[in-house]
Formats: sequence, C-alpha cells, structure tokens
Amino acid sequence: MKQKDLGIVKTEYFAFAESGHELKLDSGESLCPVTIAYETYGLLNKDKTNAILVEHALSGDAHAAGFHEGDKDPGWWNDLIGPSKALDSEKYFVICSNVIGGCRGSAGPSSIDPKTGSPYALSFPVITIADMVRAQKRLIDHLGIKKLLCVIGGSLGGMQALQWVAAYPNHIQCAIPIATALKHSPQQIAFDEVGRQAVMADPAWNNGNYYGGKNPERGLAVARMIGHITYMSDKSMEEKFSRRLKEKSHSNKFSADFEVEGYLRYRGDNFVKRFDANSYLYITKAMDYFDLSCDKLIAKDRHIDVRFLVIAFKSDWLYPPYQSQEIVRQLKVKGQDATYCQIDSTYGHDAFLLEVEQETHLVKHFLDKTFCGYDVTRGYEI
Amino acid sequence: MRSDTLRPDHKVIVDIVEPGSRVLDLGCGNGELMFALARGKKAKVQGVELDESAIHKCVAKGLSVFHGDIDSGLSDYQDKSFDYVILNQSLQQIRRVDTVLTDALRVGKKVIVGFPNFAYLSARLRLFFKGKAPVTPSLPYTWHSTPNLHFLSISDFLEYCRKNKINIGQRAFLNGNRRINIFPNLLANIGIFLISK
Repeated sequence: MKQKDLGIVKTEYFAFAESGHELKLDSGESLCPVTIAYETYGLLNKDKTNAILVEHALSGDAHAAGFHEGDKDPGWWNDLIGPSKALDSEKYFVICSNVIGGCRGSAGPSSIDPKTGSPYALSFPVITIADMVRAQKRLIDHLGIKKLLCVIGGSLGGMQALQWVAAYPNHIQCAIPIATALKHSPQQIAFDEVGRQAVMADPAWNNGNYYGGKNPERGLAVARMIGHITYMSDKSMEEKFSRRLKEKSHSNKFSADFEVEGYLRYRGDNFVKRFDANSYLYITKAMDYFDLSCDKLIAKDRHIDVRFLVIAFKSDWLYPPYQSQEIVRQLKVKGQDATYCQIDSTYGHDAFLLEVEQETHLVKHFLDKTFCGYDVTRGYEI
Repeated sequence: MRSDTLRPDHKVIVDIVEPGSRVLDLGCGNGELMFALARGKKAKVQGVELDESAIHKCVAKGLSVFHGDIDSGLSDYQDKSFDYVILNQSLQQIRRVDTVLTDALRVGKKVIVGFPNFAYLSARLRLFFKGKAPVTPSLPYTWHSTPNLHFLSISDFLEYCRKNKINIGQRAFLNGNRRINIFPNLLANIGIFLISK
C-alpha cells in the first residue's frame, strides 16, 4: 500500500530578539534580530503534549516533509514524516526549523546585517550547536509548547537533540539521536577542515565577501563531493557504481569517465545552487566545536526524566557505532531509561535517510510508548 | 499475557522477583520475560540482546534494550545498580563466564541464573547408549549448530558457587512444566538459581 503524503506545505518565519532582547551567543556576541524558518505538520493537541521537534543535518533545512507548491521532490525526511508514518502527522505536531548560521531562511552569514544594510559575511558571529538550540527554544516558547514529546535528528540533527538534553532536560520527554556523536573525532574534524579549505581556496570566496558577485561554486562543490564520499560506504559505492563507465570508453582527458565521478560532480553542482559557502564554514565549525563528553550531557549525580532511543548504522564510518555506544555508556552510568539499536545497513552514514523501514519500526513504537505513558502493559497482549 | 501462559522458567523467575524491582536481563531475547516482569511485578526492566530482530520485538513491546554483547558493557554500571541481574538461558552462551558472573554479582544485588542441565537423564542416555552428543528439549541443537559454548550440569554449577564463595538462595528445578524435587541433576533439564555475593 502506498503511503499518503502530507500534500502542499509552506515554510513559515519567526522573527525575534529585537533590539533590547538580543540572542546571547556562546561566543559572547549577540544577534539581533533573529529570524527562524520553520515548518509544522499536523495539529498541536489541546494540552500541547504531542509536539515533536525534528532536527536537520548539515545540508538540510526546515522543509522536512510534504511538497512545496510546484515542487517535484518532497522534503528531506518525507519517508518518516506524514500520515501513519513514523512521525505520524495525524497523531503528532511535527516541527522542523532551519538552524541559525544556515542559509535556508534562518539568520546566517548571507542574511542582511541591519547595521550595515549588506550581508553579514564573516562578520556574522561564530555559532555553536548550543546557540542553534537556544534559538530553537525561543521558537518552541513562541509556539506555546512547554514540553516537547520528542527531539529527533540524525548527524548534526542528532547533536542538536543531544544538546536539548544537556540544556533543557525538563522540556523534553524523549530524545532520539541517530548516527551521531558526543563530539567529533580528529578524523571528522579533518574531513570538515578539508571541506572548508576547498571553499576558502576558491578565489571567488574572497574572504567571504562574494555576495552580489560570483559565488565560490567550485570550492563548495569540491567540499560537497568530499562530504558525499564520507556519507557512503565502500560497499554501497560498489553496489551503486562499481567501475561502470558513463560512456563506452575512457576519454583520457580527465572528464568524468566513471559513473562515480559523474555522480559526485552532479551532487557538487546541485549543492551550490541551494547552499551558501559561508554557511558551510559556520555549520561545520559548530559541529567540530561540539563536545558533550565527560558528564556534559547529563551533569554528574543528576538524573533526568528523559527516555532515549539511540540508533547507529553498522557501515557508518563517518559516525561509527562506537560513538553512539559512547552516548549509551553515559546513559548507562546515569541509569537513564534507554534503548540502543545498531541497524545492519550497508548504506554508510546516509543510512539515516535511507533505512526507512527499520527506523520507522523503532521510532514509531518508541514514540507510542512515550506518548501513552511509561506503563508497558497498557493494552498490550503478546 | 496471563501468568498461566508463561514459559515455566519465566514463571519461576517472575515469582522470585520482588515487586517494583530494578532488573537487568542479559540476553533478553524477544523481551517476553521482561514484559512479564514489567506487567506482573511492575519491575523497571532493561535488557541486553545481540540479535537485531529481537531488539525490534522488544521495542514493539515498549521495552528498553541495549543492542550488544553480554560479554561487554557490564563494567559501565555502578555497584548494585539493579536489584536483580538475570542470566536466563544465556550463561552457557557467553565467552567469559567468570568475568560476566563477577560483574553481574557486583552490578546486581542478586543474580538469577537459569541454564539447561547437561547431566539430565535423557542426555546421559543418549551419550551412553548412542554415543552421541545430547539433543534434548532444553538442549535442542546439534553439535555443529549450537550457540552454546559451555556445557554444565546442576552439580557443576553448585560446585562453581561453592568454590567461588557465591551464596545460593532460592533454587528451582524443572522438567517441562513439572517442578523436580528429588535428584535434580538427573531428573531436571533446567536449573534456576538465585545467587548473591
């Protein structure tokens, strides 16, 4: 049976932190005003207890599900969000917002600095994951929600979910961090740095001052190509491309001979049409700075009333399962109610967008039990 | 699930556990025992299981479970984190029995161990008369397909506890649905012990 989709959805905007109410940032700087782009699906119930916050990954945005008017492709997590899906829009009120520092409607380096009337570029303050979540909290307050049923996300989205646990444990009932980590390893920082160097090595980047002129497209495309290699696995690349050629023979002139080359170029070229190079720098740096290890997730000797579902993927070598197990170890030590599942997938890091069936099964049941109360015996016969 | 449809070994364990206890079930499988404990004894249960499809079944029952090896991960817990640690039908499948039992006795105030008795009568007969490795209802696997790494009898376990100064509290011996009260090492195919250090 084909599942129903949400239909046409629209991005909305929430502006706050006007003069006198600035958003204070970890760097000590503040931002004023701030706009957040967000979408919602489903209806908030009377008691406001059915709200789920979906957190997007590096290249994602507020458009998580449904279709924008005139678009062929749905939002980035349409497989999991909608009627009768894992995040059931007939039961839950699902919110997804674009991170600050981004470029998809929320305040970021490409936004206009009210002081100068031109884009911030590198004068935009350094943003941390805690800052992103701080801004989201203002949106959730604005929507009148005191306690979120769930915060869920993969990769960067998972980091934000963990940050919610660290910063606002009394305002969430459960957290579902997927394919993520308490902190980046040197290898992850290294990949991010190579991506940033690719952007900054593009002459068009011009120290971040390219707005109104030529974008550093080549640099950003290379950064994205590197990213895509790390999102796949050796096996998934073999299955997807093997050594197949685009044409019958080699060009011998450095054009994209192999399908894998064509794929990476296509991905890189597409990415630059919708993503700002400076946002790429800011967000990857925020991910590198993120560190909730050593009792920073849950303070020592503190127990919080939050349930956890931690999901990792066997072939994910960018965020290997040992990093999710480290999250689980912290939860064990604290005696938190938690479930951990390592899904046997060959898709690599991309699996969090692709292993729909497995994720749906886990998330749907976990949410159901959280929403209906902790009593596992409620109306259940085996 | 009503208690009269419980597996006999699960029923014994549910009867042992005090209401409202914190329980860690090592090798919890599909979560049937945890579910029975949550339902029957309002226990706060946490499972550990290696099989991915079993994890999904536990989550479908609303149970909390960690996907992983019993041999690793126990060391993370603080002393006496649980009222009971359960090793039901999993002791014979773990690699480092000594380490796991020592850790289980540290992490749990009490430990419940249940295992198939290798010295059960029909196992002895099959070995003696046919000269073949036992295949019985409690040891249903052939020699080449068994997940069991250790083959122990009730007497072996009693001796192990004596040597390692492990206290044995309640004990139950089963043959199918029947409780065995005499010659358990001969007549029971399952032994269940409540032990503590």
